[in-house]
Amino acid sequence: MGMHTLSVLVEDKPGVLARVAGLFSRRGFNIQSLAVGPTEAEAMSRMTIVVDAARQPLEQVTKQLNKLIHILKIVELDHGAVVERELALVKVASTRATRGELIEIADVFRSKIVDVDVDSLTIEATGSPDKLGAMIRLLEPYGIRELVRSGMIAIGRGSRSITEGRGLRLERSA
Amino acid sequence: MDITGAEAVIKSLELEGVEVVFGHPGGAILPAYDPILDSPIRHVLARHEQGAGHMAEGYAQATGRVGVVVATSGPGGTNLVTALADAHMDSVPVVAVTGQVPTGAVGGDAFQEADISGITMPVTKHNEMVTDPARIAGAIKEAFHIASSGRPGPVLVDIPKDVLNARIDFSYPQRVSLPGYKPTVRGHSKMVRDAAAEIVAARRPVVYAGGGVIKAGAHDELARLVEATGMPVVTTLMARGALPDSHPRHLGMPGMHGHWTAITALQQSDLIVALGARFDDRVTGNLAAFAPHARVVHVDVDPAEIGKNRQVHVPIVGDCRVVIGQILEAYESAVRGGACPAELAAWWETLRGWREAHPLRWQQDPDGSLKPQTVIKALGEKLAGDGIVVVGVGQHQMWASQLVGFERPRSWINSGGLGTMGFCVPAAIGAKVGRPDAPVVAIDGDGGFQMTLQELATARLEQVPVVFCVINNGTLGMVRQWQELFYAGRYSAVDLSWDCPDLVKLAEAYGCVGLRCERPEDVASTIDKAFAVGQVPVLVDFRVDREEKVFPMVPAGASNDDVVESAEEWYAKASTGAGGSAGEPGGAGAGSLPPSMHEGDVV
Repeated sequence: MGMHTLSVLVEDKPGVLARVAGLFSRRGFNIQSLAVGPTEAEAMSRMTIVVDAARQPLEQVTKQLNKLIHILKIVELDHGAVVERELALVKVASTRATRGELIEIADVFRSKIVDVDVDSLTIEATGSPDKLGAMIRLLEPYGIRELVRSGMIAIGRGSRSITEGRGLRLERSA
Repeated sequence: MDITGAEAVIKSLELEGVEVVFGHPGGAILPAYDPILDSPIRHVLARHEQGAGHMAEGYAQATGRVGVVVATSGPGGTNLVTALADAHMDSVPVVAVTGQVPTGAVGGDAFQEADISGITMPVTKHNEMVTDPARIAGAIKEAFHIASSGRPGPVLVDIPKDVLNARIDFSYPQRVSLPGYKPTVRGHSKMVRDAAAEIVAARRPVVYAGGGVIKAGAHDELARLVEATGMPVVTTLMARGALPDSHPRHLGMPGMHGHWTAITALQQSDLIVALGARFDDRVTGNLAAFAPHARVVHVDVDPAEIGKNRQVHVPIVGDCRVVIGQILEAYESAVRGGACPAELAAWWETLRGWREAHPLRWQQDPDGSLKPQTVIKALGEKLAGDGIVVVGVGQHQMWASQLVGFERPRSWINSGGLGTMGFCVPAAIGAKVGRPDAPVVAIDGDGGFQMTLQELATARLEQVPVVFCVINNGTLGMVRQWQELFYAGRYSAVDLSWDCPDLVKLAEAYGCVGLRCERPEDVASTIDKAFAVGQVPVLVDFRVDREEKVFPMVPAGASNDDVVESAEEWYAKASTGAGGSAGEPGGAGAGSLPPSMHEGDVV
């Protein structure tokens, strides 16, 4: 087993997320995280899916994914050659005494305080999932009231675009 | 052209060249049933939507065209699910059009509402709920394209009632725009040359032909490849008829209940040329022990099948007809270029010896009870390679696949992947509707027959004169066989009845001709009588021996090396296991069987 990151370009059609998610669960895979949003091309969305799987079954699920009509392209991203980012919002309990320490931790991780209340503050952090994990571990002793993570997104380094290459022109059908 | 969405549906079907749809009306699909009255398209009214779905499958498999089924929302759609799943497993091109509750009511648990696109997502090649009336024509155009191209399959188009009632300016698109769907047709030329080189070098090759050969219309190419190379061929349950059974290179059917020689040839081969086949568990048996010395060339239009179960040395994605042609060309050009194909004479000598030593083993005692094989063999002889045989699922299906004798593609229709009892009656009706000039014989078991027998009314009233033959052993035969072999003869919930229903009276109640045959000497005359009826459907009740079992048999999960050829051999082997009172039917408890004869945790 091992973590794999798939970038999946899809036509922006109703039900496409359900099709993709359903296919993973039907074939016995657990999705670790899934993030989806629009791309530079109109009518095309991009999903970043992190999945824990062995090589051979991953290949099979990728081939099955490719058979979905609204899937345009699937690329497995190589951890070394991509920029990976995730956003976390963390609401931490704070007192007058601990507020300074929390701000210090946020600074170390180049995060921002985006909301403050008398007994809590909210940190916005971005980074690789590892970095966020490290920060969250440091915050835990103070009492995390609420945590939300966006799921990882990733983009290849260099000038090449994932949408380049074979037949990825999207036409809007009437 | 200013028309309603419902009219656009029917117009689109007409423009796709549809001549017949199978269906059942209801509230949400009502608007589409009005323009059917003014259309040249024939509507065949089924008695259950599952029946309509299997009819569309039978039609598609008999003709090679797309089968169309129409149903209403809610239960109309859910009743279709089995037929869609069946078409999905066996790659049958079907388009289903379902009504849906009005868009404003969708998601609100309205009367007869079911999320049919959600429900059928795993069992269709594609589906769509149309919410914009202007999209109807495009959705139907795409549905036919997707259903019939690449690896064929079912596509469902769900249309809410208000969308059917809306008025639109209709024009039918000339082409589809599906940027994410481009099936590969031609094989990669380097891989094709590699495949030819493998064939040149192989000393014990076997062509493993699957349903894809029939779907692609590649039977002539297959015959040419075989004649040029001299390779032996096995045809799977889905490919019976892809090469005539009478062809000297044909070894029969591989798999759990296949011919001994076909099973063993694959097992001993040094090269498997898989054409439109998917290394299904019913063919391979224990995958780890399957054909241990074979290199594999795998041709399939679906890239996901290649390497799914068995490691492949030469993968070729493409249409079977095109790729077989390419391989043949590459083989002939290699031979012209001086390549010297390995001598196959020794291999053929072995195969001929096996064929002689291992025929199908069954016996009809002229004074004994009627054996199911006697009936099926006689039906095959009556058809003599002509016509279409449609079967259900179970023992009769296996005997028919072994004994009928198939000479043409599309002369054999069955539910292979999903194994749907109840498939036979409606699928046979669909086949006969599609090929009215061909004799269509439905061979069903008494269990499966009772799952969809109400379609006899459809056959009678739509004047579809199928000869329905029930191989009636008064039991769920295949389940009973497994209970005998794996559960020490403890028969649980398998008894049906010869008296209820009385099939002859049932046939008469439906306005069909009912016949009964209980003795071996009456088989031929009964079949003659049934075939002579002609204009109305006939139902023949063949009352056969319930103790008869299907052999050869490779127990599920066992190695294909452990194929057992007869009940006598089974019990002889079982008695060598430790303990137990083996040696007589029902005597061998699962606990006393050798490991290869256990049912195990496999399907």
